[in-house]
Amino acid sequence: MMPSDSAVQFDSSGRLRHFLTINGLPRETLTGILDTAESFMSFGQREIRKVPLLRGRTVVNLFFEASTRTRTTFEIAAKRLSADVINLNAARMSTSKGETILDTVRTLEAMHTDMFVVRDSASGAAHLIASHLPSHVRVINAGDGRHAHPTQAMLDMFTIRREKGGFDGLCVAIVGDVLHSRVARSQIHALSTLGVAEVRVIGPRTLIPTEIESMGVKVFADMAEGLSGADVVMMLRLQRERMEGQLVPSEQEYFSRYGLTEEKLRHAASDAIVMHPGPINRGLEIASSVADGERSVILSQVTNGIAVRMSIMATLMGGADGGEETG
Amino acid sequence: MTNPILLAPILDQMAADIQALDLERPLMIGIHTGGAWVAEELHRRLELPSPLGTLDISFYRDDFSRVGLNPSVRSSTLPESVDDRAVILVDDVLYTGRTLRAALNEIFSWGRPAVVRLAVALDRPGRELPIQADVVGQRVELTPERQAKIARGEDGALRFDILTRERRGGSA
Repeated sequence: MMPSDSAVQFDSSGRLRHFLTINGLPRETLTGILDTAESFMSFGQREIRKVPLLRGRTVVNLFFEASTRTRTTFEIAAKRLSADVINLNAARMSTSKGETILDTVRTLEAMHTDMFVVRDSASGAAHLIASHLPSHVRVINAGDGRHAHPTQAMLDMFTIRREKGGFDGLCVAIVGDVLHSRVARSQIHALSTLGVAEVRVIGPRTLIPTEIESMGVKVFADMAEGLSGADVVMMLRLQRERMEGQLVPSEQEYFSRYGLTEEKLRHAASDAIVMHPGPINRGLEIASSVADGERSVILSQVTNGIAVRMSIMATLMGGADGGEETG
Repeated sequence: MTNPILLAPILDQMAADIQALDLERPLMIGIHTGGAWVAEELHRRLELPSPLGTLDISFYRDDFSRVGLNPSVRSSTLPESVDDRAVILVDDVLYTGRTLRAALNEIFSWGRPAVVRLAVALDRPGRELPIQADVVGQRVELTPERQAKIARGEDGALRFDILTRERRGGSA
């Protein structure tokens, strides 16, 4: 089963209960998350950088695949909402003793977990878990295989909106290893839902999935052509660890054709911003002078990721007990 | 339909009553949205030197796990530190007291004020928490199904419309 069905994300009264994929979410849901994230941005100024929204709730970061930045920002986000957070590096746990993912999750649910943040190398893992847990438990997809990484895409959208003031008329170029990228798929869904003017993907044919044009994007094999006039340049990490066989020529050749240098960036709009989901392969997909340059918003993306993940967690947990409003 | 209550005369009296509290270097904070409107008017009348702050208490409400977040939540803006200051907290209506409980919690996440005084334009029965105002514009007797809703006219003047609500909710 392909986990593209967005319906499982909503409860019977239309409230967002899980955050698994951006595909199928209406624009109002996305802008609502971005608006709420905006109000979490002022938190750095407070003496106490916490709000009590998730006080008494337990969030389990369940990572079947290694991750530092995503897991850390989820942990900080949950803690700023006053939740109790448990980090499980599940790759080393009982799955190696033969327990299935669902057994692991059911065991943790029996310990009264309210929310799971799930990362797995298999597509559909978060979806599988969401469909097998009681309805009061929330699930956030923190990256599943090549399928989706919706919270990364939302923090990218948040960063674009802050930098560009909106989405109308924007030309966005996504560059690099689209084939192995769950980030790219989520970005394309989010960008088209939010209504940018044009989404392009640029990369060697071997790293561009054949069906990608059906998502409404334009495909370019040449950087100069693809970057021409772009307002936003979203670089992807070359995922060498996921590659089987010879998909790219030598690293030097890849960098010379697709690595983002200051020279190539001149083809984009003069006020174009450069983004990257991290971790960066310096000198492979992006030159250090660009990654650290004045057009780069890569570190803002990391900071924004906390506010956006707080917003998504708060949106999912809000109204958890149901009932009437009490002024 | 009950006649609306106009705020202009109420605000003048409130400003005088706040003045009479004799606070040193007060910091005025209005609760978003209605309280911020009232606070703007009071702030101008009192010519306070410190800029006005606004508070959105959505993240501190006690009904989050029942009703969720208000989608129109805004950032709170406190332009000066509340530490050791005399804070004048302003809201449009004092009803159950739950909004003020949330506002006090939020203020203390920004720092430790010396004192907090409460000024409200309208005080109505129905308190559910031990909270009372130091300055009250007007007391009104409203039954639970009636709601006092602040509005701004085309001329910019503030008023309360007295409405019949379908169910309990809204400002407190």
